[in-house]
Amino acid sequence: MAAIGIDKATKIFGRTAALKGVSLDIRDGEFMVLLGPSGCGKTTLLRCVAGLEQVDAGRVRIGDRDVTDLAPRDRNIAMVFQSYAVFPHMTVAGNIGFGLRMRRVPRPDIQQRVRQGAELLGLVSFLDRYPAQLSGGQRQRVAVARALVMDAPVLLMDEPLSNLDALLRLQARADLKRLHKEVKRTTIYVTHDQVEAMSMGDRIAVMRDGAIEQIGAPMEIYDNPASQFVGGFIGSPPMNFLRGAVRDGGFAGDGFSVPLSRPRGEQGRELLLGVRAEHIVIGGGGIPAKVLVVEPLGSHALVTAVVGKTAVKVQAPVDVAVKPDQAISLRFDESRVRWMDAGSGTALPN
Amino acid sequence: MSPRVLDRALIYGSAILLAVWVLIPFYIIAVSAFTPQARIFDFPKPLLPTAFSTDTMQFFVEARGVVPSVINSLLVALATIAFGLTLGTPAGYALARFHFRGREAFQVIVLATKMFPIAILSIPLAVTFLQLGLYDNLLAVALVHTAMALPFIILVTGGVFVAVSHELEEAAQTLGCTRWGAFLRVALPLALPGLAAAAIFTFVISWNEVFAATILTLRTRTLPALVLAGLGTSPLGFKFAGGLFMAMPAIVFIFLIRRYLMNLWGSR
Ligand SMILES: Nc1ncnc2c1ncn2[C@@H]1O[C@H](COP(=O)(O)OP(=O)(O)OP(=O)(O)O)[C@@H](O)[C@H]1O
Ligand SMILES: [Mg+2]
Repeated sequence: MAAIGIDKATKIFGRTAALKGVSLDIRDGEFMVLLGPSGCGKTTLLRCVAGLEQVDAGRVRIGDRDVTDLAPRDRNIAMVFQSYAVFPHMTVAGNIGFGLRMRRVPRPDIQQRVRQGAELLGLVSFLDRYPAQLSGGQRQRVAVARALVMDAPVLLMDEPLSNLDALLRLQARADLKRLHKEVKRTTIYVTHDQVEAMSMGDRIAVMRDGAIEQIGAPMEIYDNPASQFVGGFIGSPPMNFLRGAVRDGGFAGDGFSVPLSRPRGEQGRELLLGVRAEHIVIGGGGIPAKVLVVEPLGSHALVTAVVGKTAVKVQAPVDVAVKPDQAISLRFDESRVRWMDAGSGTALPN
Repeated sequence: MSPRVLDRALIYGSAILLAVWVLIPFYIIAVSAFTPQARIFDFPKPLLPTAFSTDTMQFFVEARGVVPSVINSLLVALATIAFGLTLGTPAGYALARFHFRGREAFQVIVLATKMFPIAILSIPLAVTFLQLGLYDNLLAVALVHTAMALPFIILVTGGVFVAVSHELEEAAQTLGCTRWGAFLRVALPLALPGLAAAAIFTFVISWNEVFAATILTLRTRTLPALVLAGLGTSPLGFKFAGGLFMAMPAIVFIFLIRRYLMNLWGSR
């Protein structure tokens, strides 16, 4: 039983406010992903939960205890570091069993749990090796095994896959997801890779500049970004945005105009139209555009076209018959279009 | 010649040159120290020892005051290592881990102490030690040697701890260690080769230090102080044997510890 409650956590380093009153509630057994660009405060938030960093204001709760003033060892957490932080002077077995030894678990129990952990992560044949004799992926698994055998109800992971090559990463991603299904620890997982976040998280908290911009299930965030920032950060390619204003019941901008299905404010209000690449079709006499580039990507083609002066990415079938400089028309799936205030970037209700 | 071969040739060439440069004086000293007293003045010196004998060494070791002074030197060096590492390791650790106010200034000041010539300090030091009742006392010499070695120890251990990732200690903390426990179980063992190196160099600094040892002692001489005191009057054989004797521990120590230094944590 370990839900995590972060209440208005604030952390200031010198002149940088790394966390500006972040509140986040994580349910017991949930896999929560912290996602955001570099420097937005993900690691800082995770370290505040771990106790490696003290919050300057706010509270942190784990289970039914307020742990704000407790040392890391008293918080009942286990952590996987971005650099893995496996101990070079201990064998794999020594590393995995380190925490258990510190907790004074009886020796036979340690051996058994180390073995179990090694089996879970496929490390049995490496138990006697030193980290210097392991590959990056193996070291990463040692770090995960070392955290898992602690049986701590909370598992914290800081970009554990960022040092792996693309293929290994795909594999490790699936492994971690399977592992979570098996062990069901409350997990906070930090990443700046939105694909990782989408594929692994029960929920995602998107962070920006020391604050949480949106919390929600992956598809919810993907479909209904709370702001221009979130829409632009999640998805590959990111959401397209067209700037314009309300004109005579429609929405018009540089080189285009579309009807509005429902009123979006008074005449002249500046808005952003947000639409994803896969919700645009080419042809059918919609918005006039000019093709810039066509990128065949195997399963589909990515067409970049210009509307007015804005580049728009369109997902098209591989066999799409358009060429650079060709004039085309684009039609947006109206039910998938999202509206944002042009000034603040925050989404309007659908 | 391909660039690779040229590279290798250059590397080996300079290594050999350096080695020869360092080894020739040692060689001459060593050969002379094992040459019978009567043949020491032979010139030109034979490249290989013509008449091997331990006479000279025996003469040196049996000379009055040599054995006690060797013991004195050892005691002073060991005390210097103990004091120096006890004081210097925490300071080096702090330099490596904490970004405290005045950190840079501290680093500069530590180095600046090396700019004080010991000669200027020696008279006030001697006076102070006289007042403290520590004059002609090995403790006084060890304290001065500690002061001399400290900047070096602090900067070296600082570098050693910088090389030990802080995340390792943090990982240990999340795994149930206190800060202190994490230092003892993770940072310290990983820093050990570096600390051992610092200890050895401290030993060498103290073992070879002659000025402070001469000024601060009268009868309880360390070996260099003893050899220096007799420099004008002692026979040449005594000097060669003394030289070899003083150089020996440093050479042996570093030779022994070399493997340990390089191989401690495998191929890292
Ligand atoms: N120990 C520190 N001292 C000073 N500033 C810090 C410290 N740790 C973090 N910061 C600052 O706090 C902000 C947030 O840092 P944090 O490491 O949490 O970012 P992040 O989201 O994890 O980024 P990344 O994806 O690059 O790891 C940054 O501006 C960073 O420079
Ligand atoms: Mg980070």
